[in-house]
Amino acid sequence: MIALALTFAIGCFAVAMLLNLWRLAFAATHTDRILAVDTMVVNVIALIVLYGIKTASGINFEAALLFAFTGFVSTIGFAKYLLRGSIIE
Amino acid sequence: MIGAGLDILIAALLVLGGVFGLVGSYGLLRLKGAMQRLHAPTKASTVGLGAVLMASAIGAGSTQEILVTLFIFLTAPLTALYLAKTLLHRHITPAELPTAAGGADWAAQSPAQPPVAQKD
Amino acid sequence: MIRKIFPHPFLSVTLGILWMLLVNRLALGSLVMATILAIIIPHASAAYWRARPRLIRPLALLGYIGIVLYDVILSSFAVAKIILVMPSAQIKSAFITVPIDLSSPEAITVLAGTITMTPGTLTVDIAADRRSLLVHSLHAPDPEAIRDQIKSRYEARLKRIFA
Repeated sequence: MIALALTFAIGCFAVAMLLNLWRLAFAATHTDRILAVDTMVVNVIALIVLYGIKTASGINFEAALLFAFTGFVSTIGFAKYLLRGSIIE
Repeated sequence: MIGAGLDILIAALLVLGGVFGLVGSYGLLRLKGAMQRLHAPTKASTVGLGAVLMASAIGAGSTQEILVTLFIFLTAPLTALYLAKTLLHRHITPAELPTAAGGADWAAQSPAQPPVAQKD
Repeated sequence: MIRKIFPHPFLSVTLGILWMLLVNRLALGSLVMATILAIIIPHASAAYWRARPRLIRPLALLGYIGIVLYDVILSSFAVAKIILVMPSAQIKSAFITVPIDLSSPEAITVLAGTITMTPGTLTVDIAADRRSLLVHSLHAPDPEAIRDQIKSRYEARLKRIFA
């Protein structure tokens, strides 16, 4: 049952990634593009964790945490650039 | 018996997480207004990821997933706030916004932002 | 004496718990390391904590976190329903001004974060005089009700927690 649910969840997040890619390519504003990248980060973390459950290995956690860190910082960096024209003032 | 119950819980969390992740990304495509689109990922995707992480934590009996969940839940409002500020800055005129109590400007649109005094 | 070693007990406890969660193993070595971090980091970062918030009722904070988590889960169902079934033309989004009575920046930050994570609302901006928040609601047939709910459900509780 878990294997089935796992496959379902991986499928859902994979489709979600495709939707994000579509939004990234055809977006009305820059904010939408940043938002699409940010959502992709969330979905990638979910995929990493799901892969970790599938392979039953404990090392995927570090990748997920680092991805969460870099994703957050890059989103804030992009937004800050749009707001101020520079990232570090 | 307990093992079967745990299995059901993990499977339910995984399915719930997948559905919410998909809904968040679908909302990003479907909603019409730029401000509306901010709502979908901050809530649906975050909760979807939270459910997946909880499933992983229960399944593997590890506590590290709680850290990732905590981080995601703490940073999602910040990301949303910054993106909303960029929208306010670039695409929304002050006329579209309601006035603040006391008639002050909104911070992102006030012409000069005096530094907030640091109290000791 | 204890105050000297742990100038910021909450930070120390949080750091210790975070470290134990991170190593994911209850061993003596990890506990020692957690204690060392819990002592060193508050001292190293003391310069940034000069105006740190005072919690009057730390236990009430736990209750608050519980309420927020419950609302986050409920709100994601509500948002999912709006995204999936409501026709675009019927979604009435609105900006709402929420006047705030909280004074400490930390309490306002917590309130803003809570608003973003809970039912269909998103904090967009704060007024330059820090006395009101600009909130965007995904579906607000009745903006007054949403403002009243924010004030009574979250702000009233935060007022009791933060000095």
